[in-house]
Amino acid sequence: MELTINGSTFQVDVEPDTPLLWVVRDTLGMTGTKYGCGVAQCGACTVLIDGQATRSCVTTVDSVVGTAITTIEAIEQDPEGSKVVEAWVANQVPQCGYCQSGQVMAATALLKQTPQPTEEDIAGAMVNLCRCGTYNAISAAVRQAAQA
Amino acid sequence: MNDMTPVRNHRSTGRDDGPLNISRRGFLGGAAALVLSVTVPVGRARAQAAATVAPGTRVNAFLEIRPDSTVLFRSAFIEGGQGIFTAMAQIVGEELDVDPVNFTVEGAPPGPDYLLTGGGRFTGGSMSVRTSYETMRKLGASARQMLLQAAAARLGLSIAELSTEPGRVVHAASGRAIPYGEIADAAADLSVPTDVVLRSRDDFRWIGKPVRRLDGREKSTGRAQYAIDLKVDGMLHAAVQHSPRLGGEPGALTNEAEVQAMPGVHSIHRLPGAVAVVADSWWRARRAVEALQVTWTEPAAATPRAMPAGFSSETHKAMLKSTPGDGVAFEQEGDAAGTLAGAARIVEATYDAPYLVHGQLEPPSAIARWNSDGTLELWIPNQAPEMFQAEAAKVAGIEPGKVIIHSPMLGGFFGRHFLYQTANPFPQAILLAKAAGRPVKLIWSREEEFLRDTLRPMGVARFRAGLDGDGLPVALDGVAVGEGPTGRWFGRQPDKVDSSAVEGIAGKVYAIPNRRVGQVHVDDPAIIGFWRSVGHSINDFFYETFFDEMADAGQQDPYELRLRLLADSPRHSNLLQAVADLSGGWKRGPFAAEDGSRRARGVAMASPFGSEVATIAEVSLRDGEVVVHQVWVAIDPGSIVNPAIIEAQVNSAVALGLSSALLEEVVYVDGMPQARNFDGYPILPPDRMPRVHVRIVESGAPMGGIGEPGLPGVPPAVVNAASVLTGQRIRSLPLSKLDLKGMEG
Ligand code: FES
Ligand code: FES
Repeated sequence: MELTINGSTFQVDVEPDTPLLWVVRDTLGMTGTKYGCGVAQCGACTVLIDGQATRSCVTTVDSVVGTAITTIEAIEQDPEGSKVVEAWVANQVPQCGYCQSGQVMAATALLKQTPQPTEEDIAGAMVNLCRCGTYNAISAAVRQAAQA
Repeated sequence: MNDMTPVRNHRSTGRDDGPLNISRRGFLGGAAALVLSVTVPVGRARAQAAATVAPGTRVNAFLEIRPDSTVLFRSAFIEGGQGIFTAMAQIVGEELDVDPVNFTVEGAPPGPDYLLTGGGRFTGGSMSVRTSYETMRKLGASARQMLLQAAAARLGLSIAELSTEPGRVVHAASGRAIPYGEIADAAADLSVPTDVVLRSRDDFRWIGKPVRRLDGREKSTGRAQYAIDLKVDGMLHAAVQHSPRLGGEPGALTNEAEVQAMPGVHSIHRLPGAVAVVADSWWRARRAVEALQVTWTEPAAATPRAMPAGFSSETHKAMLKSTPGDGVAFEQEGDAAGTLAGAARIVEATYDAPYLVHGQLEPPSAIARWNSDGTLELWIPNQAPEMFQAEAAKVAGIEPGKVIIHSPMLGGFFGRHFLYQTANPFPQAILLAKAAGRPVKLIWSREEEFLRDTLRPMGVARFRAGLDGDGLPVALDGVAVGEGPTGRWFGRQPDKVDSSAVEGIAGKVYAIPNRRVGQVHVDDPAIIGFWRSVGHSINDFFYETFFDEMADAGQQDPYELRLRLLADSPRHSNLLQAVADLSGGWKRGPFAAEDGSRRARGVAMASPFGSEVATIAEVSLRDGEVVVHQVWVAIDPGSIVNPAIIEAQVNSAVALGLSSALLEEVVYVDGMPQARNFDGYPILPPDRMPRVHVRIVESGAPMGGIGEPGLPGVPPAVVNAASVLTGQRIRSLPLSKLDLKGMEG
């Protein structure tokens, strides 16, 4: 199968129903995308598929052939993504940091679709779990990124 | 860890109980025969080598100043989100005269230099900064002195003529400057000065300031690496399936040949209490191990800690609640029994709190590699490297000195990564790497983690209070029923109370003249562990909620009654007033909010881990759920290192405390946990996070902890507020169990 990830193409030889998460992490060695639950509950594994925030732990690899996949590794090359990262750093969002790749991806997808999100838009898009409770810092950072 | 956790890195009992060690030894066979040289992972010792090391003094064990004058610092404490690496850089950098931003911090390897927690070493008990603050300042100051000495020798000047600016030694008279990086080598060969002068507090540039976390950018770009992200050459991947009930052993594997033929499968293994598949990727290993059809044998008689097949959390709770007695006294003042007998009014209640998992977002993992020189190298999430090293040596059958431990950044821990006999994946990884003859990386799936995580113990407490004719409490009797984690892991003396079982009922600050706090010990059948703020997370909920019951029974406002009982304790009354002030003045409600909702506020106080905390929560009821709108926290840790990190940690503690109050409960039926992932065990989602307001009060008292203290006040403040709205006492958590439909408005 041929995958397009962060603008590069990769040939992968795995079972077609392998979750994209494990192809990215193990087969391709990009470990910025995290495993938290494996059942679409936490969002730690969020990547962008054609710009849409997608939980890669329940996305089979054969379903994303022919799409543009973006992972956290390329986030700073994305105009919205780099704004989000700067806002994350400025707001000191991460604590343990484990959920934050997914949070940054979700925020980037939101700003791509809705450059000036309302509080409701933010609440609707930023649904990933954070066990460290960085939720207030996350919404502050999303608001700041939207202003940037 | 609780306030009084024994801190030596040994456990007095239980180390060898259970069949696990026996079968591990059997599994490994002759591994103990391997004899090789000891690897000392710490760098240059040279002039500082000494027969016995005073922990925290050998500069070269902690600091490496690089040619570009940046600093590599090896921290005795592990970063798991609490900001410890940044705090260490601030403390050491302040005295060394290096901007914290120029620090790289990593977890130190095992070694005598790092035993900074009362002669042992672990990250926990909110102890990292407060136990090492002075020592780390001296270390930084010593290093600065050595750099000055090296510069003086190079320039042919006396030290008195030199001073430092961040990152360099300067000679004011001539305007010459030498960057630290140029004299670091020469300085490292000098002996460590025995006494150094520390900076005056007034001159602090970084301590006490909201210095940015060192790891913010790498954690915002996916570059931070956790144990689960690491890779070593030639490694295979492993996944396990555990016995559904602890103590069961794998019997027949009915489809072993089919599973062996699955893609990528390298080998299938029986482990103590589990089966494993080693494969060329984790997904393939997981899929294969979950396809294995295993018959689990019932635990042999007398298997320690075997989970009874009939165990249920509901019946255990009922049993705790019906276990009679006053237990062993822990705290006594005046004559509680006598005063209760003559009290104008008695208030009585029994409270309970459920089992909880840690739920840190990074599932546990371990990489094990047997090196050709006979050493065993482990990359493992852990809070106590020396303890893990000792245990790994036992499992591997080699000397502890031959076990090399790497302690990566933790993706959350909250007490999860302590050494718990059955809850750490590294023993399995050691065995699998040995059997496979290759390095192995083992990850526990979230489902396996739910099965084997240690639990916050189930808690029950009974209270009796006596009120006088004015409605003021004059006697209080509190009995905690159950078991605390400190006794479980550090050894329990039957005639003594485990403080982790009573902290938060004991150690309260209110002037109630006659008090007795006791504990009735009942073994908890589950594998219990330390959970953020330990006994306080349970007992302060019990006590502070019961306090409101006393207040209401005596027709006192709960805030005013607290203030009255703290009249002789200015530190506490100031703090209580500070939180009221922060919230715009105390009001209990119910009152109508701008959005039309009917709201109330609750207040609670706690004295955990050397800090003092006062908390107010504002809640309403909506669609049968408790909604928490705002939480105000005033925290007095005595003195501080980083206010921004404190604010973040308080937010984090509020989230976890609230999650426990609203949502979390581990339910066991037939000896098995019913939830195996977050779908069956919801944790606080973003839309239930309140706004959090923090006020830091520096009373100048001895430095207290930060990571945990923000938590214990949250459940009682929320429940006290909810009780105002429901008109009902709530004595059991989580609140999601309550039927509140039709109560709003
Ligand atoms: S790992 Fe994909 S949602 Fe949790
Ligand atoms: S920062 Fe730790 S889980 Fe979100």
